[in-house]
Amino acid sequence: MNFDDTPQEAEFRATARAWIGANAPKQYEDELRKSSLGRTALKNANILEVAKAWQKKKADAGWACLHWPKEYGGRGSSPIERVIWQQEEGPFGQLSRMFIIGHGMCGPTMMAFAREEHKRTYLPPLASGEKVWCQLFSEPAGGSDVAGLRTRAEKDGDDWVINGQKIWTSGAHYSDYGILLTRTDPTVPKHKGLTMFFLDMKSEGVEVRPIKQASGASDFNEVYFTNVRIPDHQRLGEVGDGWNVSLTTLMNERSAIGAAVSTGFPELFEYCSSLMLDDGPAIEDRAVRSKLANWAVKASGLKYTSMRAISALSKGERPGPENSIGKLVAGSMIQDVATYALDLQGASGVVSGPEDAELAGRFQAMLLRAPGTRVEGGTDEIMRNIIAERVLGLPGDIRVDKDVPFNKIPTKGR
Amino acid sequence: MNFDFSDDQKQLRDQARKFLAEKCSPKAVRIVLDGKAPYDKELWKGLAEMGFLGVAIPEEFGGAGAGHLELCVIAEEMGRANAPVPFSSTVYLAAEALLIAGSDAQKKKWLPAISSGEAIGTLALFEGKGNPSAKNVTLAAANGVLNGVKKPVADGAIADFAVVAARTGSSGRDGDISLFLVGLKAGGVEVKSLTNLDPTRGQAEITFKDAKAEPLGAAGEGWSILTQVLDRAAVLCAFEQVGGSDRALEMGRDYALDRIAFGRQIGSFQAVKHMLADMYVSATLARSNSYYGAWALSTNAGELPEAAAAARISATQAFQHCAKNNIQVHGGMGFTWEFDCHMYYRRANAMALGLGSLTYWEDQLIDRMRKKNAA
Repeated sequence: MNFDDTPQEAEFRATARAWIGANAPKQYEDELRKSSLGRTALKNANILEVAKAWQKKKADAGWACLHWPKEYGGRGSSPIERVIWQQEEGPFGQLSRMFIIGHGMCGPTMMAFAREEHKRTYLPPLASGEKVWCQLFSEPAGGSDVAGLRTRAEKDGDDWVINGQKIWTSGAHYSDYGILLTRTDPTVPKHKGLTMFFLDMKSEGVEVRPIKQASGASDFNEVYFTNVRIPDHQRLGEVGDGWNVSLTTLMNERSAIGAAVSTGFPELFEYCSSLMLDDGPAIEDRAVRSKLANWAVKASGLKYTSMRAISALSKGERPGPENSIGKLVAGSMIQDVATYALDLQGASGVVSGPEDAELAGRFQAMLLRAPGTRVEGGTDEIMRNIIAERVLGLPGDIRVDKDVPFNKIPTKGR
Repeated sequence: MNFDFSDDQKQLRDQARKFLAEKCSPKAVRIVLDGKAPYDKELWKGLAEMGFLGVAIPEEFGGAGAGHLELCVIAEEMGRANAPVPFSSTVYLAAEALLIAGSDAQKKKWLPAISSGEAIGTLALFEGKGNPSAKNVTLAAANGVLNGVKKPVADGAIADFAVVAARTGSSGRDGDISLFLVGLKAGGVEVKSLTNLDPTRGQAEITFKDAKAEPLGAAGEGWSILTQVLDRAAVLCAFEQVGGSDRALEMGRDYALDRIAFGRQIGSFQAVKHMLADMYVSATLARSNSYYGAWALSTNAGELPEAAAAARISATQAFQHCAKNNIQVHGGMGFTWEFDCHMYYRRANAMALGLGSLTYWEDQLIDRMRKKNAA
């Protein structure tokens, strides 16, 4: 048992570290390091532009999408090299956020299902960040139940005509392309009538409307499709096989191993270490210490769970299912941590404006953004189902709509 | 990076699991649970023959000379099997105290006897209510004899010797405490069994009246040695707790698959599935924290105090959580003496207190994290 790199890994780490040291946008390092959930903007620069510039620089030197094949803009690296890169990239990895969906989900789906010429055309600019991609799955009628989606695709000559609405589309407002899951046959059970496409987000009939979130910010969008035409050669997979294609996309979320999950704990521990309460330092208060200790072991438990997965990668093995707990644990923890940080501030915790609030409103921003973390990318409840079914082998839910043609499934609760 | 046990260590774990499945079935555990024997003597003998008792004891003292990582994987299996033997008292506490502070003669006297299963040892620290603290130690040592009462002492009624914490000074500092080795079968020692949460591991009250004792380690070093012993034991116990958590989770999962209610497997209800998923989450966090503790223990790293406290808290929580929800999944049957669920519930809650309660370890963890940050 050890935390040491193999000689090969050490060499790769040294090369990566040297390149990052010489090329990263250091002027933003401090701000990026201090960013936390709900607070990732840069004060004097457009983070989108900074992110794109950093991604392009990486791509030009062969450091973009490390695990992708070289011909598609990657480096052909092993999974462990990708993890080492993430560790070395550190706070600058925050700049990759806007590419997560494109690189983590759209790219792998294109790689598995697109025609060769499309892969060669579309993947390198996706890797280099020159083009940004989004994923158009969720709908008002299908969030956790994504196969309940209603956006229609109808064949018309060599094209498909799309009508419908998507929602919760991260980054649609700055995306150039998207992968789109549609219903092509409403007369068969829901999983069987789906088909996947990719499309140009500038196509005629595509309208993107930002959603104002509960936090006040707008990271997500509604996307409306009105008679949007997509050529058949942009279809991914067979007609009616969209569900299987989408599983490939979702499975690739697993590749997030090694990426740090935000728990809010380091921020809270730092805060409590210097905070004075009415009757003395917070860190010497029994109740505070107990809370901190309980969160500390969750944070360290997640950290070392991730280390175990990385070790499996390092040995060339498939990581076990342990990593599936990360999002579930971190999501509600960061919400609880933020709530407690405000509790410690007493009545003044209510003030959230950066000019007047404690720590420029860091924990207030965290609190307001936190509910989203427990919903996006799989709700807490879906994550528990996944653990129960795929890890523990418990039965799937009884699906009353399993064998019912999609157009016969009730659409209203009452 | 290789933050995992080696193939050899995993093989040893499998070997221990197989051995315990055969020799330590729930039926065997029940003999002790029902008070028909103070501990499982046959199993104890078998553990000695397998080389498990002395796995971390150097060969020159009669052990297998493997190491603490090997002991961790065996501990996990002991917890999984809910073994009714004085393993933790003898191996994690008494043997570790001897390894840290024993003279050559003391090691030669006791360690081979531990490895061979001839001697059972324990640590006598507590004196009634309260967590580990130098100021709670009042038992007096003077002129080579001890006077005072210790309780609870784990496995005290069956132990051959004890490492005893005694007061040798009155400055009000940790340096007032020294450790002693005492033969419990000798004169001046009175032992009374105490009914406790977990009958598969006994607790006792021991009264010392001019009991002969020899110093273990230097005078005044007792508290510092004890702190090290407790840290090591915290990691090793954490592995027992991880093993117990996994077993309780498995029992709950299996029952949820077998049991039909309302015309379906109860494991198909989300209320049950989600409860089991949460048990898996806490068991996984505990395992990962414990691995880190194992790494720190086996390398004697400066991180050990923090890692041990984290492993202790995480594994204690996980075992308590899994054991109580295992009963919940079983419903009414889980609350019968006949079903095994309560054995894990008892063990989980007894183990949560044995080295000091969660409150104590939470305090320790924060102190140690602050120390690290200040450094």
